[in-house]
This record gives sequence, structure tokens and C-alpha cells, in this order.
Amino acid sequence: MRKSGRGFGLLLYALFYLALLYVPVLFLPLFSFNDSVFIAFPLHGFTTRWYAQMLADGAMLHALGNSLKVGAITATVSTVLGLLAAKALTRYRVPGGDALLGFTSLPLFIPDIVLGISLLILLNLAGIPMSLLTVVAGHCLICVPFAITVLMSRLDGFDKSLEEASLDLGETGWMTFWRVTFPLALPGIVSSLLLTFIVSFDEFLIAYFLAGSEATLPIYIWGQLRFPYKLPAVLALGALILLASAALVVIAEWVRNIGVKDGKRAVVGA
Amino acid sequence: MNEGYLRIAHVSKRFGGVTAVDDADLAIARGEFFSLLGPSGCGKTTLLRMIAGFEYPSEGDIFVDGAQITDLPPHLRPSNMVFQSYAIFPHLNVFDNIAYGLRKAKLKRSELRKRVEESLAMIKLEGFGTRRADQLSGGQRQRVALARALVMRPKVLLLDEPLGALDKRLREAMQIELRQLQKSVGITFVFVTHDQEEALAMSDRIAVMSGGKILQVAAARELYEAPNCREVADFIGEINFFDGIVKEREGESAIADAGPMGTVRITAPDAPGTKLLLALRPEKIALSATAGRVGGSVTAAAYLGERSHYNIAVPSRDAPISIAVQNAAVSAGHATGEAVHLDWSDDAVLVLRA
Repeated sequence: MRKSGRGFGLLLYALFYLALLYVPVLFLPLFSFNDSVFIAFPLHGFTTRWYAQMLADGAMLHALGNSLKVGAITATVSTVLGLLAAKALTRYRVPGGDALLGFTSLPLFIPDIVLGISLLILLNLAGIPMSLLTVVAGHCLICVPFAITVLMSRLDGFDKSLEEASLDLGETGWMTFWRVTFPLALPGIVSSLLLTFIVSFDEFLIAYFLAGSEATLPIYIWGQLRFPYKLPAVLALGALILLASAALVVIAEWVRNIGVKDGKRAVVGA
Repeated sequence: MNEGYLRIAHVSKRFGGVTAVDDADLAIARGEFFSLLGPSGCGKTTLLRMIAGFEYPSEGDIFVDGAQITDLPPHLRPSNMVFQSYAIFPHLNVFDNIAYGLRKAKLKRSELRKRVEESLAMIKLEGFGTRRADQLSGGQRQRVALARALVMRPKVLLLDEPLGALDKRLREAMQIELRQLQKSVGITFVFVTHDQEEALAMSDRIAVMSGGKILQVAAARELYEAPNCREVADFIGEINFFDGIVKEREGESAIADAGPMGTVRITAPDAPGTKLLLALRPEKIALSATAGRVGGSVTAAAYLGERSHYNIAVPSRDAPISIAVQNAAVSAGHATGEAVHLDWSDDAVLVLRA
């Protein structure tokens, strides 16, 4: 009796927690179909005109395009750099490897606002004009540690002698990377790409300082909050992004599961 | 200088301040089954990895078939390796695992298929080509690792404790199979193991290693019957040590006083007064209820089927003498506490220098 009572309490707690987490997010799609400029109950009937307005808003789509570009380049660059670092740190005796790992992780612990201002000062001193490229550079700084962490755990997870076996069978280091390391690290690489893309996509502070005259989506949305009549279109866009994120998470989990199975195989093989 | 097919010439390897391999000097003949035997951390795996090219010697050179390979990267060496973990590629099936090195060699498709099929037949895994690594048993994975290395037709095959992960029965079967395979392909094998029985059963010659040094290189019988130092005698099989001192010489031989073990006639060139380390294998000592060289009492008795094992306390000697008796005749054996006599022939006494 007592046990089931406690189970019921825990269930309530879990439900409350999940509600707190997801109900506010669900307001986004809900109000994006509400036929009123005001974000308030009661609802005023169903409409898709906010979606139409969003699609007609060139500036918003331009900002979305910027964010996608910045996110894609950041994800690629930081995953490549992260893979090189992870390979070096897990496969070779790197002198001062732990310190190196600590230093590359430091941007995670520096407040983004401090990072944004210091980068702005640095780039100004160096005479580099602000653009989307400077945003990419700033985002790479905070994304590389994520990439290294994800990829190191993947590379640590499989038997080092697999790569030695490839070398032993006559392949060069480079071909060994493509024929053994890359396929085995692939689930980690996909996770890293998704994670760094998402970190870049919704990053605001650094982008705000380094974007110059361009705007990424978070900057654009921040600017729109001053105009109440534009808010529903932002909600419509938000709802679509939510849908896309959900799809990405499902894909990422799916890939990770394949990875886990593969990892188990590698262990069984060991 | 001895010209071996695989020649390891005064090779040392240091990691920081630690000497993992200390002046190893070996000449291994073509087609020989050669084992590196020693406890873990003795440097045997490091030596093997230097032959494979995964580590480079701090000093010394390595030659295969007359060519110096000391500084060659692993992919250019004429050796292949069977890894302790087997290192079967988990993302490839059995066929692609075995074909891995051949694809690099740019063979014709039909030739590649033929060679992989032949390898599968050799390891008795015909029809297993499409299986994945996780669908194989430990013994099958071990065979695939072997086939993957042998299909490259290496000049030297390196094996890093390849039987260690198998259960006892399978391990013994694989020992025989591996030995037969080696004889039929005629490839030089360098086999690393910490299991002395395995090394004795399979090898033409064995190098016993300890603390980075090669202590003795010999065939199984010689290692057991004539170890050259205390460590080898102790590592290979069981043995009883006792101290002796040369009393007087009689031509080629000498009489040694072995304290509680009485006097022993030995063949040794040492002058009177020289201290010696003497040793006797447990099965070289006969046990009798009536007469013998030394008396003692049974402190422990174990019946092990084909033989029995006894510990005998000998007066004014600290360590008990360990004795193995073949149970050739049906008898009750000796019970704990029983007074017994020990006897042995002078020839059986090993003379070591501590």
C-alpha cells in the first residue's frame, strides 16, 4: 500500500515536471493558429494567416537563412576540428593533453556576454569587419568543446587495435581513418553535427555582438518584440522550428541507438 | 653474428624513464614457431609491437629476410598480426574483414574472391562470409583474425596472446590446430603468451622474458630440464630450491654440502667454498616409507588423478619440499603427518647461480 502510494506521488511529480517543461512550448503552435494579434485567452478561432504573413516577410526569411547558413558552417567546422582534437587526445600520448582539453572547454564556462564583448573588442582592434563570418568564428569557439566531448566519448568507446589492425593490413594512416575510424565514429559525428548546429542556431548574445548589419533569427526575433502586430508571425515561425527540432531530435536519437548497438558490437568484439 | 630470418639486434625500448625492453637480441629461423613467454609487464608485447611497427626501438635494429625494417611504418612491413582482442572490424562482415588488406593490394575481383574463399576453407568457416562479427563465437572470431592476417601471406605472423580469451577446452584444441596450421603454411610465427604450458606445447623455441630482459632462449625440454637461472626455473613449472656449498672436488665433479638436504654430487667447475643454488623438480624426487637420503613428514597431500602432490617438511629447512608422484600403481598413497623418506638421483639436481 505504502509503496504504491509513493509511486503515485512520484508519478504526479513527473507529470507536473513534464507539463512545466512542455506546456509553455505548446502555446507556440496554439497561438500561431489563433485569429487575434493578442497573445491571450480566450482563443478567437482558427487561422493560417500568420503563416502566410511569415512567408511574406522577406526580412524574417533572410534572418532564418542567415541562421541556417551560420549553423551549418559552424556545425561542419567545429565537428571537423573536434574530430581532429578527439582523435589526437584519445589515440596519442599528447603532452599536456588534459590541460589542452581544459583550455578548449573554457569557453563553456565564460559567460557568453563576456565572450561576445571580448571578441568584439579583439575583432575591432584587428580591423576585421563584423559579418556572418565573425558570428561563425564566435560560434565555433563555443561549439568545439561540445564536438570534442561527443566525439571523444565515441572514439574512446571502440577498440584502439581496430585502427592498428588496419595499419597492419597495409593501409596508410589516412585510409585507415576513412575505412575504419570514420565509419565507426559516424554516429558520434552525426550527433556532434546536430548538437553544434542547434547550439549555433539559437545562440543570441555572441551573434548580437558580432553580426554587424546582418541579423540571425534570434536577433531578428528580439528586434520584432517591439512590434506587437508582428508577434503572431514569429510564433508561426517558432512553431515550425519546434517541429523541425523535434524531427532532428528523433533522427539524432535514432542514429545514437544505431551507434550504441555498434558500440556494443565493438566491445563484444574486444 | 647469428643470421636469423627475423633478426632482433640489441633492441631496447624506453618509455620515459622505464625500460620496457632491455637489449633484446634474437635470431629466429625461417618457418620457426617462436614464443615470447613471460609474466605480464615483462616486455614481450612491447617487443612484438616493435616487430609490427606500432612502437619504434629506442636502440637496436630489426631485420626481416635480410632487410632492415627498424623505422618502417606498420603498413609497409612484411608482417601481419593477430591481436589479443582479435580486432575484427565490427562494421564489416567476415568476408570483408578477411579481404580488408587484399583490397589495398588491388587484386582482380575473381582472384580476391578466390583467396578469401580459400582462407575461409582453411579456418573451416566456409559459408560464414556474410556473418557479422557479433554473430561469431570467440573461437570463430579468433579464426577470422588468423585468416585475415594469413591471407596477406606475411613473412612473419605475430600473435599477441591469441588464445587468452578462449575457455580451456577450446584453447587446447586451438593450440593443436594452430600448430598444425603453422607447419602446413610454413610461415614464421612469433607467439606472445604468459601461459607456460601453451608455450611449451606449441613452440620450436621459447624466449623467457622478465623485467624487459630475455633470460633464456631454448626449446621446451631444455628450458625445463636445464634452466639457466633461478627466474626461469621458477617460472617454468614447479621447483624446490636449496642452497649448497662446494666441499671438495673429484675431477669433473664436486661434492656439495646442501645442509638439511644432505650432500650432493654435482658436475660443476667451481672451487671448494663456492656457494651454489641447487634445485630439484617435484617429479624427480621419489617418496618412500622405508628408506631415502633425507627423512621428513607429510604436511599436505593432494590427490590429482593421474598424480598426487605432497608437501614434505624436512627438519631444519624452512620451505616444505614439493613432490609429485605419478599414480602408476593403485595404492593408498601417503597421509598427512606420515613419516617418509625422500630420494633422488644426483643427475636430477640442477645447479644454478643465484
